[in-house]
Amino acid sequence: MEPITTHTGVGVPLRQSNVDTDQIIPAVYLKRITKTGFEDALFSSWRKNQDFVLNQPAYKHGSVLVAGSDFGTGSSREHAVWALKDYGFRAVISSRFADIFYGNSAKQGLLAAKVAQPDVELIFKELENNPGTEVTVDLIHRTVHCGSVDTSFEIDNYTRWRLLEGLDDISLTLREESHVEAFEANRPGFKPKTLPAKV
Amino acid sequence: MANKPLTLPEKVWRDHVVVPGKESDGQRSPDLLYIDLHLVHEVTSPQAFEGLRLAGRPVRRPDLTIATEDHNTPTLEIDKPIADPISRKQVDTLRANAEEFGVRIHSLGDADQGIVHVVGPQLGLTQPGMTVVCGDSHTSTHGAFGALAMGIGTSEVEHVLATQTLPLKPFKTMAVTVNGSLRPGVSSKDIILAVIAEIGTGGGQGYVLEYRGSAIEELSMDARMTICNMSIEAGARAGMIAPDATTYEFIKGRPHAPQGEDWDAAVQYWDSLRTDDGAVFDAEVVLDADTLDPFVTWGTNPGQGVSLNGAVPAPTDFTDDVARESAERALTYMDLQPGTLMKDIRVDTVFLGSCTNSRMEDLRAAAEILAGREKDPEIRMIVVPGSAKVRLQAEAEGLDKVFKEFGAEWRFAGCSMCLGMNPDQLAEGERCASTSNRNFEGRQGKGGRTHLVSPVVAAATAIRGTLSAPADLLVSA
Repeated sequence: MEPITTHTGVGVPLRQSNVDTDQIIPAVYLKRITKTGFEDALFSSWRKNQDFVLNQPAYKHGSVLVAGSDFGTGSSREHAVWALKDYGFRAVISSRFADIFYGNSAKQGLLAAKVAQPDVELIFKELENNPGTEVTVDLIHRTVHCGSVDTSFEIDNYTRWRLLEGLDDISLTLREESHVEAFEANRPGFKPKTLPAKV
Repeated sequence: MANKPLTLPEKVWRDHVVVPGKESDGQRSPDLLYIDLHLVHEVTSPQAFEGLRLAGRPVRRPDLTIATEDHNTPTLEIDKPIADPISRKQVDTLRANAEEFGVRIHSLGDADQGIVHVVGPQLGLTQPGMTVVCGDSHTSTHGAFGALAMGIGTSEVEHVLATQTLPLKPFKTMAVTVNGSLRPGVSSKDIILAVIAEIGTGGGQGYVLEYRGSAIEELSMDARMTICNMSIEAGARAGMIAPDATTYEFIKGRPHAPQGEDWDAAVQYWDSLRTDDGAVFDAEVVLDADTLDPFVTWGTNPGQGVSLNGAVPAPTDFTDDVARESAERALTYMDLQPGTLMKDIRVDTVFLGSCTNSRMEDLRAAAEILAGREKDPEIRMIVVPGSAKVRLQAEAEGLDKVFKEFGAEWRFAGCSMCLGMNPDQLAEGERCASTSNRNFEGRQGKGGRTHLVSPVVAAATAIRGTLSAPADLLVSA
């Protein structure tokens, strides 16, 4: 995973709350077996509407998505994060994220920055009044800068550390192998096993 | 000193910590938790197996892992190859991965194939006090057994395959207390739709919900699974119900249920899985089942619901700006006018199925209403059992005949029209009364409009053609 420290890019105002995973990537695109190549799938229903924000030239090459509250609600599909990254987004700003989406973002190096709703509103205005304005998300200092708006964002220390270092969870866990073995040695015998199969 | 009283979610969490998180700067890194059961399906697993292959890692515990095919599988002509080449490739990839990594799989045509959340409990693999994960947000279903069960993303699927553990941050706990008793015609689906309407689609974020109270204790396991299934629609990653005699009765004798001394040891442990007196929840919501009506959604998220006796709200009913904008958008998409009575809304399709409502009790409840009655001639109704075994059982009880005589289509098992990954989809503008879990824009087919309902409301609606409760049938008869 690529480490992230700070990112600057065109901000895209998506003035809508509860942007669910079926909007981010409809289920029909989940049939692929690859981990990349989902850029065409991102917001594919909405992109058919010419007025949709990503169809406006000033925002087309945006890399910081600014959205209403409760971004990423719905399914566990990590494809939602892959599609955002494949399209070119490096950071998403919202006042609140769905839990699974938030976790998935951290694992794929997409920076999900929790910014207070009044500041999100100010960023919306900045981006709508001056399309093409860049947003800087600074993970080191936990700050967001956009035009005249300077604010901070919330991220827990552990997620921040992993993003800064670009660390992958499996390697981290494999360092704990002796603890896993000790735990397994003490698991109760009545816990079910799938093998051998009984039907 | 006596141990601190704990809630049910806290107890299950405590019993699975492999390595506790470490404190730094007043924040805690995640605990590493052991996973007792990992359910796998074709959609969220190919990239995870690919990751293992690239890193040269095996599946650490194939004996705690089980796969089935559900999201893409057709519900008609299952003896023929899957027509959509991309769906077929995804299913074939799962079969190849299961073979290569030694994972047990129940494929299309097998009696234990079906929706992953129906298959686990049916085999007796879902038991109290377990940690259960699956690359599917409706894994919360298994919480009905007092298991801590949650949906995970594909990276986490790979993590569990490789290590049988998952780093997780402790959740807060929320008690959802439902007092009283449900009235006839009102079901557990109505409880959960009412809970979500009350706390909102984000209200459960960061929480594990524990459903409790007399109305919950009176529910069957099938009904409890419906409630826990939709915990995710309130934003909660998991929902749980304390195991009791109803739970034990359900598990006993199933293929993977403990036997003999193991059963006794298991029950002794399961009996300890109750929230202690004096344990403190971080939040609590209280509902009264006695006054609850059948609930339906009018909008495009599961929190946008009202009593079936109510009317479509106006955006101006919402004081919060975000909720008002969301309502405006939803009404446009749903093509509904404020003030329209819910019971005046005419639907085109009725879908009975999904991991929320496709178990025996759901099919029986719907069939009881449909038996001897006539379908509205304009309505298309499809009935999709949750698993091949549910289908067989329903046929043994003659329910298939009831559905077919009524004019409904009796299908093979799978996720089907809940999310339309297979050919079962709504057409543009089509309106559906659906027993599934999500009424998102386009979820059941591009431009499709979804009203979430209980199985008995689905059945009554198929008869009258407009959103209806079973009680309406008596009035109009």
